[in-house]
Amino acid sequence: MTMTGFQTLLRKEILRFWKVAFQTVAAPVLTALLYMMIFSHVMSGSGAAFSGVTYEQFLIPGLAMMSMLQNAFANTSSSLIQSKITGNILFILLPPLSHWDYYGAYLVAAVIRAIAVGLGVFLVGIFVAHIPVHNIAVIIAFAVLGSGMLAALGIIAGLWADKFDQLAAFQNFLIMPLTFLSGVFYSIHSLPPFWQGLSHLNPFFYMIDGFRYGFFGKSDVSLALSLSITAASFFCLSAATLYLLKSGYKLRQ
Amino acid sequence: MQPAIEVEGVEKRFGQFVALAGVSLQVQQGEFFALLGPNGAGKTTLISALAGLTRANAGSLKVMGFDVSSQYRDARKALGIVPQEIVFDPFFSVRETLRFQAGYFGIARGAALDSWIDELLAKLSLGDKADSNMRQLSGGMKRRVLVAQALVHRPPVIVLDEPTAGVDVELRQTLWSFVRELNAKGHTILLTTHYLEEAQQLCTRIAMMKQGRIVAMDTTEHLLNAFSERVLRVKIDGELPAELQQACAKQEGAWHFFPIHDYDEVETRLSQLRQSGVHIVNLEVAEPDLEEVFVKLMHK
Repeated sequence: MTMTGFQTLLRKEILRFWKVAFQTVAAPVLTALLYMMIFSHVMSGSGAAFSGVTYEQFLIPGLAMMSMLQNAFANTSSSLIQSKITGNILFILLPPLSHWDYYGAYLVAAVIRAIAVGLGVFLVGIFVAHIPVHNIAVIIAFAVLGSGMLAALGIIAGLWADKFDQLAAFQNFLIMPLTFLSGVFYSIHSLPPFWQGLSHLNPFFYMIDGFRYGFFGKSDVSLALSLSITAASFFCLSAATLYLLKSGYKLRQ
Repeated sequence: MQPAIEVEGVEKRFGQFVALAGVSLQVQQGEFFALLGPNGAGKTTLISALAGLTRANAGSLKVMGFDVSSQYRDARKALGIVPQEIVFDPFFSVRETLRFQAGYFGIARGAALDSWIDELLAKLSLGDKADSNMRQLSGGMKRRVLVAQALVHRPPVIVLDEPTAGVDVELRQTLWSFVRELNAKGHTILLTTHYLEEAQQLCTRIAMMKQGRIVAMDTTEHLLNAFSERVLRVKIDGELPAELQQACAKQEGAWHFFPIHDYDEVETRLSQLRQSGVHIVNLEVAEPDLEEVFVKLMHK
């Protein structure tokens, strides 16, 4: 890894989303706010997921995590596909950057965007409901590992896709269903047994559940299980990403 | 002295298509070398292999002695490439683009880098565009930024892949003047172009490629002497007398072409024409021409 090369690519990736922060940070926060207003209005009084936790309180951390996951994926995948289609990917392929440089810079920039979005959702959320913080370390761990996992998945999707519609398919048919069906808007205990079982196969569920534990100290499954599955997913996808980057998959013929 | 570029037995296939069929060449340090050939000859594939954008199926490629695969960091640091296509990052200004490019090559931000960027931009007549967004530049300006990007890390070897395709005369002159200056300072230049007169004027040595192979490689002078000739072109009024028909290599309307080896032959040939009663309307001496060399070699 070359520090100056890595730092430069990281700076470039951060500036890339920051220059259009209205679209990349403010817009997802607004979307989350709309979800908050609509769902908290419709579901208000429908019963708390955990004892002592209102629906609004339950909803906000899940929404924050969902926005973080989606934006981490969007950051890496859109940056790569845009660079590939416009041809400016050449500028990072010609220099002596290693696969670690690419992986590190794209991933860290995506995690930073995700955390900026997550903080935005949280800041908006505190005007809607009181959000306790049970364990900040757990919150940070799930935020970083979850965003990192989706950032790595975004790199894989960005490398694989040759066209914007392929990427949109990846996003609409994989990322969106997995995030929406991960218990953001409900506790999986409210689901019939079959759907509960199916939810346990969704790694996004563990990220949301573990992240929520950091706020309330309560969760649908054990913290250790959520953390193990989230960390394992992150490391597996990171290994796959590093392998693809090192092999030059769809970058070097 | 270590060659600037060493290519040995390089092969590259894309499925059934053979893009490079065992290419070998050496470019010495300080040379101004042209790689010529028709579209699809393999020039850009060879450059891509040198840059590490394409991986060769066989053979070896070195830049300043560094293998482009096993020593890719050193090889890439030694190489600056101006790509054929105009590409840019629409998010950034010219200065930001150049700072990033330098950073990727390990050059830290600071006064020294900014001063070099200013110098580069001034040389390429882009001094007043440093803080403009890339989207605001004309095509010619974007191409000049690509040149600056290739040079910002001060590489000893510079590859220009059709840098003047579709650009105006002024830009060409600015570009060639700067590239000549770099070559005079010791930079090795590898040029591909379809403008053969540019290659003839600028390059000391030329390789011609056809269907993934090098079909000729020599000094510009030797290639011209071997495959082209100086010609006396004479426009006459009326028919060429029979005794001079054999000396005439070609006729295009009233123009008749007489090959000559040196300028003394001009006087001899004109004297023969006058003695035969030919009325000369116009005449010119055409120097050996790389285009003729190219056409002959490509149709061989």
